[in-house]
Amino acid sequence: MTSAANSAPRGGAGAAFFAGRFGIDEQLCERLIGVALGRGGDYAELYFEHRESGNIIFEDQKVKSAGGGVMSGVGVRVIRGDSIGYAYTEDLSFDAIKTACEAAAHISTAGEQNLPVGIDAAPTPSYYPVLNPAAEVGAAEKLAVIRRADEAARRYHPSIVRVDVSLVDELKRVLIASSDGKFASDVQPMVRFNVGCLSELNGSRQTARSGGGGRFGMEYFAQVTPESLAVEAAREAVLLQEAVPAPAGVMPVVLGAGDSGILLHEAVGHGLEADFNRKQTSTYSGRVGQLVASDLVTVVDDGTIVNSRGSINIDDEGNPGRRNTLIEDGVLRAYMQDRISSKHYRTDPTGNSRRETFRHYPMPRMTNTYMLAGETPPEEIIRGVGKGIYCVAYSGGQVNISNGDFVFSVTEGYLIENGRLGAPIKGVTLIGNGPDVLSKVTAVGTDFKLSDGRWTCGKDGQSVPVGVGMPTVLVSAITVGGTEQAVGGGALS
Amino acid sequence: MSTTTTMSEDYQALAQQIVRRALAKGADDAEAVINAGSEFTVAVRKGEIEKLIEAGSRTLGLRLYRDGRASATYTSDLSPEGIEEFIDRALDLALIADPDEFRRLPDFDAQPALPDLNLYDEAIARLTPEEQIDWAKRCEAALFAADPRITNSDGAEFSSETGTVAFANSRGFAGSYPTSAASLQVEAIVDDADQKKRTDYWYTVERSLARMQSPEEVARIAAERVLRKLGPRKVSTREVPVVFEPGMTRSLLRELSSAVMGTALYRRSSFLIGREGEQAASPLVTIVDDPMLPGGVGSRPFDAEGVPTRRNVLFDKGVFKQFLFDSYTANRTGHQSTGSAGGGLGSMPTVRVSNLVLEAGPHTRDEIIASVADGLYLTELMGFGVNLTTGDLSQGAAGFWIENGKLSYPVSEINIAGNLNELLLGIEMVGDDVQTLGATAAPTIKVSTLMVSGL
Repeated sequence: MTSAANSAPRGGAGAAFFAGRFGIDEQLCERLIGVALGRGGDYAELYFEHRESGNIIFEDQKVKSAGGGVMSGVGVRVIRGDSIGYAYTEDLSFDAIKTACEAAAHISTAGEQNLPVGIDAAPTPSYYPVLNPAAEVGAAEKLAVIRRADEAARRYHPSIVRVDVSLVDELKRVLIASSDGKFASDVQPMVRFNVGCLSELNGSRQTARSGGGGRFGMEYFAQVTPESLAVEAAREAVLLQEAVPAPAGVMPVVLGAGDSGILLHEAVGHGLEADFNRKQTSTYSGRVGQLVASDLVTVVDDGTIVNSRGSINIDDEGNPGRRNTLIEDGVLRAYMQDRISSKHYRTDPTGNSRRETFRHYPMPRMTNTYMLAGETPPEEIIRGVGKGIYCVAYSGGQVNISNGDFVFSVTEGYLIENGRLGAPIKGVTLIGNGPDVLSKVTAVGTDFKLSDGRWTCGKDGQSVPVGVGMPTVLVSAITVGGTEQAVGGGALS
Repeated sequence: MSTTTTMSEDYQALAQQIVRRALAKGADDAEAVINAGSEFTVAVRKGEIEKLIEAGSRTLGLRLYRDGRASATYTSDLSPEGIEEFIDRALDLALIADPDEFRRLPDFDAQPALPDLNLYDEAIARLTPEEQIDWAKRCEAALFAADPRITNSDGAEFSSETGTVAFANSRGFAGSYPTSAASLQVEAIVDDADQKKRTDYWYTVERSLARMQSPEEVARIAAERVLRKLGPRKVSTREVPVVFEPGMTRSLLRELSSAVMGTALYRRSSFLIGREGEQAASPLVTIVDDPMLPGGVGSRPFDAEGVPTRRNVLFDKGVFKQFLFDSYTANRTGHQSTGSAGGGLGSMPTVRVSNLVLEAGPHTRDEIIASVADGLYLTELMGFGVNLTTGDLSQGAAGFWIENGKLSYPVSEINIAGNLNELLLGIEMVGDDVQTLGATAAPTIKVSTLMVSGL
């Protein structure tokens, strides 16, 4: 065995960090897991987390504040049947963790004691090698990036009177040890860049935001320039100055490539998380193998896209990140699983178990969720619409998982008249039902695009970073909430 | 003296000590806040315990000022060495910011007397795990017992927390107070005739146990809310009067509150800019932000900068009175702080509302519904469709159609759109049925007209 192989830390770089800083190693974890299973749970797991973050807030040509912080702790989970006991502490001393293990063990009050399997370190892949960690970069370099964005936005148009920029970075180290023998770690970087612009023209004020990022260090800005993100926000704010009120009613809607993936995330993705299906509370419960969408639709959840905001080398139960096909040619193939659900469905883990921090228990969550490209050129899709709207950017969305009803707020959209893009529209909401909309997909574009890293997904009060993506897609009918009565309805030409 | 009060005072002393260390190390000014507490949560589903969470936690936030430059940082490491390193890093970070003349601590003539707002209830601290499990189990059982059509549930969850907020700054202010809160929520799921699942939920959240609704009452309301929406129809697109049930008026108040913050004023991103003293809403509308309500979920004796809180009238009989300010937004716009600073650990203060109240009007709910010949009774809003700069509003919605003064049938998959300016001025009736839930209180209201999009 070579010396290089000997020096490679067992369990990965994250494990080496926790061993060096806090003296947490495999033996200690085994002892603690023994305590957690002391009252007879089926499974116990320790989730150590150390998170450093930094932020610079720049407003109206001034650095308003700089800040950041460090948070570390451990979450202990004990599972008995479908029930979980959870406890956490910020104190990483043996005694404090032991107390947390005893608290989590309370979920089991009786029963046979399960003995932990000896834990064994597993290698971790890397979908996000970091070349230039943001935490190690000086303030001057970060400020230069921010100022470039500020200048570009102001230069874009004289009506841009205010530009706000923020740069947030994070380095999260996790170590997971479990009674089924896992000992895995990961180092997860994140950069998030936001630009907000205010355009003031003849007394009318319009604001727009844009941003990007992903699991990168500062090398992100070599791929996507701060100028391009700034111009995006400025362009949208200026565009809104000439926006006309949106039509209201049911009409064909063309969803633009990229950001429209948020529709997929909300309207379909959540319903495919296994916990909702296990509890029969999802509209997709018991429907694996059935047609749930137009046969043009194939949807995947993929935690392995290099540098994407939603990617994970390992999930928060220590399973490797994976690419999973959820819907194939309109047929529901699989749900996204966590441990409890995968036991229930007697299936393999899918690498979708995620949590916000050590203070939270993991649940099935999306990573990067997107629809695969189809066969119709996007121009042709727009040409085929007589009267409808084209949606490009969104500020957010919401879904009722039990029945698939959803709502999206569109921040950039256009009228389509006789196959041509018309005036920009404002105040647009799309409202509908996920399964219904997916069944009405009548064309899928050749132009797949992943939305740049700006989405955060909330579920049960826990936020995790995700990626979304989509090609240009035509939905034959969606309810559009606007303020103008649509005239003549929305027939396809 | 209770142990909780002692704990609050200990953390207050620690916050003061951290401020002194920061000044000794070179800060011109400093503010330290410590949040510490413990939580217990139990979720029950179909009679079985789904999860039990038990934990204690504490975090330190520090804001430092150096030559008019500011940094905001946080840490969970409260060891003496940890705190020293943390202060050093915060001092370095403060050098990054640009000097900002408006960024200064509020002035204190003397340590203000702080009111006791009854934010802590020993009864919550004394709850045993078994009692809390019992609350959740009783609630879910009552939900299933309410109607045979309720065959599934997303479970009932009972949560309790007790904690302390301690704050100190370098201008001599130090304060702390214990807090408690408990909540109970249940969600009902029913299969509708079209195979679609309908869900609804209800919850109660209070700072004292005695003020909470009973598990049976929470279950009864959740059951009633889900059953009434079975068999919804879509409606055609048209402009009609809209009646907001109290929960929807609360939702409207929360949206509106973002437009009255000093932040929105200096960023010029509020449709209310320049309209102080104007009749910006119907004369029936009086809206107050009141952090001093005893036992209020949004109450606080001092704000996140140590400024004593006060009751702020936002709209008085429809006249827009004022924006809400923390020190920064006040300094920047030439106003005084309204004691409205909030914000999390490790960030600069931001303006936050406390308890928002739309005061009662003269009409009963039935009178309001009876006044509508053809219109919408709004019970649900979805999405984030309000543009506060322009006041444009467009949100997914559901509710009941009103025909000839009576609730007729449920409607879903609709959208309401309009403009907050017109909506506020168009409030034609205000109910006498103020309902408080969490930190917002509001009655039924009737808005003259909104665009409802459907088929």
